[in-house]
Amino acid sequence: MKRIFEYLRSLMLLELLKGLSLTMRHMFRPNITIIYPEEKTPKSPRFRGLHALRRYPNGEERCIACKLCEAVCPALAITIDSTQREDGTRRTTRYDIDLFKCIYCGFCEESCPVDSIVLTDFLEYHMETREESILTKDKLLAIGDRFESKIAEARKKDAAYR
Amino acid sequence: MSTQPEKMVETVNIEVDGQAMEVPKNSMIIEATDKAGISIPRFCYHSKLSIAANCRMCLVDVEKAPKPMPACATPVMDGMKIYTQSRRAIDAQHGVMEFLLINHPLDCPICDQGGECELQDLAMGYGRSVSRFSERKRVVDDHDIGPLVQTDLTRCIQCTRCVRFLDEIAGTNELGMFGRGDRSEIGTSLSQGIDSELSGNVIDLCPVGALTNKPFRFSARPWELMARPSLAAHDGVGSSLWYHTRSQQVMRAVPRENESTNETWLADRDRYSHFGLASEDRVLEPMIKLDGEWQTLSWDEGIRAATKALRTTVTEHGGSQLGVLMSASASTEEYFLAQRLARGLDCPNIDHRLREQDFSDDTVRHPGAAFQSPMAAIDEANAILLVGSNIRHEAPILGQRVRKAWRAGAQVAAINPVDWNFHFSLAGEVIAAPQHLPAELAALAKAVAAVTGKEIPESLQSALGEQQPGEAHEAIAAMLNGDGNRMLILGQSALAHSHAAWLRRLSAWIAEATGAVLNMVPHGGNSTGAGMAGALPYVGPGGSDVEHGNNVRDMLSEPLKGYLLWDIEPDFDLANPALSAQALGAAETVVAVAAFASDGLKANADIILPLAPLAESEGLFYTVDGQSFAAKAAVRPAGQARPGWKILRRLGEALELDGFTQVDITALRDEMLAAIKATGPLAEDVQLAALPANGSGLYRLGDVAMYAVDGLCRRSEYLQNTSHAETDFVGLNADDAGSRGLVDGRDVKISQGAGSVTLPVRIFEELPAGAVWVKSATNAGIALGDSFGPISVEAV
Repeated sequence: MKRIFEYLRSLMLLELLKGLSLTMRHMFRPNITIIYPEEKTPKSPRFRGLHALRRYPNGEERCIACKLCEAVCPALAITIDSTQREDGTRRTTRYDIDLFKCIYCGFCEESCPVDSIVLTDFLEYHMETREESILTKDKLLAIGDRFESKIAEARKKDAAYR
Repeated sequence: MSTQPEKMVETVNIEVDGQAMEVPKNSMIIEATDKAGISIPRFCYHSKLSIAANCRMCLVDVEKAPKPMPACATPVMDGMKIYTQSRRAIDAQHGVMEFLLINHPLDCPICDQGGECELQDLAMGYGRSVSRFSERKRVVDDHDIGPLVQTDLTRCIQCTRCVRFLDEIAGTNELGMFGRGDRSEIGTSLSQGIDSELSGNVIDLCPVGALTNKPFRFSARPWELMARPSLAAHDGVGSSLWYHTRSQQVMRAVPRENESTNETWLADRDRYSHFGLASEDRVLEPMIKLDGEWQTLSWDEGIRAATKALRTTVTEHGGSQLGVLMSASASTEEYFLAQRLARGLDCPNIDHRLREQDFSDDTVRHPGAAFQSPMAAIDEANAILLVGSNIRHEAPILGQRVRKAWRAGAQVAAINPVDWNFHFSLAGEVIAAPQHLPAELAALAKAVAAVTGKEIPESLQSALGEQQPGEAHEAIAAMLNGDGNRMLILGQSALAHSHAAWLRRLSAWIAEATGAVLNMVPHGGNSTGAGMAGALPYVGPGGSDVEHGNNVRDMLSEPLKGYLLWDIEPDFDLANPALSAQALGAAETVVAVAAFASDGLKANADIILPLAPLAESEGLFYTVDGQSFAAKAAVRPAGQARPGWKILRRLGEALELDGFTQVDITALRDEMLAAIKATGPLAEDVQLAALPANGSGLYRLGDVAMYAVDGLCRRSEYLQNTSHAETDFVGLNADDAGSRGLVDGRDVKISQGAGSVTLPVRIFEELPAGAVWVKSATNAGIALGDSFGPISVEAV
């Protein structure tokens, strides 16, 4: 009895109409597709994109080679060598991040006592050779210099929740 | 070695956290809890140091006590009930931690102690997460206390462990606490820095980052380091240590506790020598000299070239024209295989006693341990006589033990060529120029004969001479004839002496007559192993009978056609660099297996094979008292360097000798241990040539500077920056200098044989008349002759 009822129901094409009604509804809603890369979606200040090493306003690098980021990194993507700089301060001689290993968890940023290593909201990067996957200290500082204003702004927005 | 009778210890019953325990009377609470595995936080307490009770971190709750008591300074009493986890104890500990953190900077990320800091660890358990202190923290100025220890005194929590260590163990009193209250700070008291040969230990003792390892500073974090157990082979103590490594590089060395050798300490020499591993002089590839130019080879080519060179020497001139000279710090396996290789080639000439000159008592010299008692027995000694020994520098750990005995009330006396600056005071002292040492010891023998009533045997009569015992000799004889444990320590200035055989013979009789034990401190880190494995011209492994060959002296004074040098730099490591340069220069073939190549080695060798030093190699090492420790490689060998036993195994195989088929070191070690277990009988006695009459001329005192004992130490720049490495001087007694018109600081020309060198004069009150102090194993020493021998001095 139930089978016959369902057969008759299927002849009414109800599923089809249900689906088409959804399409119909969306036809009259505002369009959310953006024209990338001319248009971009807004990003959270906590967005975790490409890494950067920051400097203090006087140009001094922030990193003090405490190696907490290296220790906390779950993917072992960070390699640091450190030494005593001529002025007696503790500094890195090498700060490498392997972008192929990095899982963008943000632990490095969280562990950093001086807000030196940060994840910027920059996500549009590419590499053409394998070697480019290693971000060296110089590259990281350059990225930091380039995005410093945006980084500072994002940190400011998030400061209340830290 | 006798087992000590169990001492009866009075005990009391106490209860800690409800756990009943029986502990020795008069011990402190913290000793009882440490033994029971109950942890009490502490900073200033250290089991090897006196109790200061100034950090107050170990406060515990004692029943019926009106307030919390410091566990480190509260003796246990019968029926005492202690609560380490009660509210009152925990509150007290939290309070102390808050006070300690008030003036401690909270910058762990840039502190070198971060990750291994006792304060950091305990702050996790006892500290508040947020500081309530908002006032200014104090800042303390740093002192530069030398090239080895870095200070960061703002971090100091005034536990005074470093002060107590230098006062009590090292005996140099170089640090002190100045000022009071919150202005108290650690400073140098007597000198500008720390010169102690044990200074590095304050780094381990410091619970915070106030004293850290200067060469290691900021180079790695403790959590990145792998701890590899190893040992130090710069002296016969065989100190146990950890090499902390990171990506196949030794980053630092820290002591590994071993009560029978180094306790919890480590000499600076053992701690900082590894920095020499990265030296530019390292031999990294097999090399051959063709037409005066060094060319690198593969290992196959290197082995082939070395084999051919050795084989040619032996077939053309016979095995007796080959000489094998080995460092005194090689592994026992290396000695064992090297002597097998030499004797397989019919070459009886093998020796490792490179700094010695007198071998006339060889056939009666016991080839094994040079100590008759365990090293730890020094602590228990009641009377110690040092003969020709600057024990502080020869074996800093043993020096520390002598000081420990002295602090416990032992009498220490010395018959020395210099009034060395010991960290114990001498009850009796005879200072005589090296040429007079045998006569002084003979005078002591006469005094001993008088006090014991024993007769000096016939064989010693020819050494006795005219000199009659003086008051000092009589006092020492009485001391040695006293009660308790007595010992003679024959040091390196005696063993390297030109009449060392007489010194050994006289000391042996004095020891026998008084019932004292005779301990010797030979050069090198494994001379015991070398003797046991048969790297000697007069005995084989385990003292077995072999064809007698030439000792190192004869091998060089009657030049041979070929030499195999094992980890030696002939311009530094031999008693007579001038003689060795002559002999090696005249040889047809010199094959060297070496970790480091000095200019002298490169000038004389034809083939150099790269040897892995101890940190990169493996092997069995014997201490001076016969304990054995197996070392494993801490890091991979640099370049093409290989462990010595592998090089010898391949050489032996290529030379088609028997007994070179071992596939791993375990098989080799088993074979070796079986071979050295048996000990053959030594010859009955040997009559030594009579002592020559004392000349009136000057005599060189050429002891080895503490940080020049081997290639590794000589290449550790940090050790070479210490005051102990300042060795370019000619030391003279004021009278000797005055009579020759020599002025302190002015250059003077010294010559031995054909060699001469110009060095500044330094006047020492510590030197006796007739002695000229020119250190061995120095750049200046290369041109000179015997480290102990006649020398002439003239003004320039």
